[in-house]
Amino acid sequence: MDFRLLDAGDTALTIEFGETVDRRLLARVAAAEEILAQRVAAGRLAGVVETVPTFRSLTVIYDPLRTSRSALEPLIRSALEQAASAVARQGALWEFPVCYGDQLPEAGPDLADLAEHCGLTPAEVVELHSGVAYEVHLIGFLPGFPFMGDLSTRLARPRRVEPRVRVPAGSVATAGALTGIYPWDSPGGWHLIGRCPVPLFSADWARAALLQPGDRVRFRAVGVGEYHSLITRIGDGQSIDRLEREFRAAGAAGRRR
Amino acid sequence: MSSRTAGLLEIVHPGAWASLQDLGRPGLRRIGVPRSGALEPGWLRLANALLGNAEDCPAIEMIGGGLVVRALGEPLQVALAGRLSAEVGGTGSRRRLPSWRSLTLAPGETLRCVMLSGARVGYLALAGIDVPRRLGSASTCPRAALGGLDGQLLGPGDRIPGALIDGSERRLAAAPESEAEPIRVVLGPQDDHFERRSLARFLDTAYRVSGDADRMGLRLEGPRLRHAAGKGAEIVSDATVPGSIQVPGHGLPIVLLADGQTIGGYPKIATVISADLPRLAVLAPGQTVRFTAVAVSAAENLARAREAALRAAISAIVELPHRGEADLQALYGGANLISGVVDACPGRAGGARGAAQEQP
Repeated sequence: MDFRLLDAGDTALTIEFGETVDRRLLARVAAAEEILAQRVAAGRLAGVVETVPTFRSLTVIYDPLRTSRSALEPLIRSALEQAASAVARQGALWEFPVCYGDQLPEAGPDLADLAEHCGLTPAEVVELHSGVAYEVHLIGFLPGFPFMGDLSTRLARPRRVEPRVRVPAGSVATAGALTGIYPWDSPGGWHLIGRCPVPLFSADWARAALLQPGDRVRFRAVGVGEYHSLITRIGDGQSIDRLEREFRAAGAAGRRR
Repeated sequence: MSSRTAGLLEIVHPGAWASLQDLGRPGLRRIGVPRSGALEPGWLRLANALLGNAEDCPAIEMIGGGLVVRALGEPLQVALAGRLSAEVGGTGSRRRLPSWRSLTLAPGETLRCVMLSGARVGYLALAGIDVPRRLGSASTCPRAALGGLDGQLLGPGDRIPGALIDGSERRLAAAPESEAEPIRVVLGPQDDHFERRSLARFLDTAYRVSGDADRMGLRLEGPRLRHAAGKGAEIVSDATVPGSIQVPGHGLPIVLLADGQTIGGYPKIATVISADLPRLAVLAPGQTVRFTAVAVSAAENLARAREAALRAAISAIVELPHRGEADLQALYGGANLISGVVDACPGRAGGARGAAQEQP
């Protein structure tokens, strides 16, 4: 497994597999995270606090009062030598309802513009976007925000030049080869094409984030009526078990960490 | 712990920014949740130790001055840490008190905090504080509506349950001295994304803390850094940590702090070492800083030295003889305890509260 160890201060080091968004790199990141998780579970990486996977790297966060870079580095190198060269993550498959902007303009204020720039009709954008299962590559930027790919190349557009000051929670958005869902109201520069009523994060859930890296998400276009009734039905304080029953796609018994 | 009665600490005015923080919630960065927690964890631990609280109890973190609190119902014991002073009043005589001590507030008494010049962060700890933990911590992270009383910053009228534990008052043997040395960094992970000359400039010029500073990050003003030709000002996002120094296209560094986002798409020229990040995080806008590069192993040794100094300061907490008679000369004229003592009694977490100990 080819990698570089990059310095990230005295509480972290970054294992970098490459500098691009690439499925092969994602598989290596997954393999590295898996072997390190095994070593941590076996008590063989004392002082490691957590690992953070991204598209192309795995950052290992440690406590310098409990271990040191010089103690960790050989352990990490030998673990990576024994790791599989690639692991396909097998997370859960989800099906999320989305009210796209062609049904409710305020739910997807950028859908028409995106369609025009891509030389498509809004309905074609919806068909392309909802036609596939996306993999959750990483979660970050905001608590629970899933960076998912691969978006159809026919929909790829750079971020908006002028980011919005406030993107509403639930917004389904695209940028480049990625799609995501804003779990919170926040500033944001992606193209907003629809709205999803499924909550993605709650401190009341044991794992807090509904989605985990490696999960897959397929979108299902719904009309305004169904969208509003879903919002009413889900409301606040939905249990994660209920969300799993309702929005986990049937037959996909994915593995959970 | 003889008589323990419950009371409420009411926020009369939160000042510029006040939130409940403890030592944070590590382990959730892979789902995008920052650690949060105190910007100066050492001061939070000192404030708790002054009360006999567990060191990792939540306390009020104030950014900027102006916090006013009031004891309701029962007497409450509180402690102050940070470069600030306090004014207590409300029922009778007003008294002005220094930081780095605990005190008892009578029911109805108010306490107002004022930052000393150049400081922006301070702590008010509360004996017997009783607030809920969310995902393992009471630290407030408003972006995820986590922690605090309701996931948000403290506001007027908020009430925090606390207790009178024993009515004693304590202080540090000496106020932690503010260090003027450069902030130490470890270069990387993307130092190769910068021109050589810019890298040198980053390390030998002073930067000013801008007014654009919160718990997520702190912007610096000074020489603009240039990204290396062919590398550019963007990277495919990778993980950040508190202390990561991002440099976006405009060339001015941004230091990520406790609430900073977990991944970022800008090259990171360096990482502030854990021993020095609190020192940077508590600086007020307008203060200047310089950076100097150290090796990872040196940074780790400095982290251990800082921890040992903190333990020594906690071991050296002294009991005040009577209410309100702090020996100011001893407090402010004392030796440099926090930054000077590095070899004293590790492993003692507030075990000697009340017992005056000699500095080694």
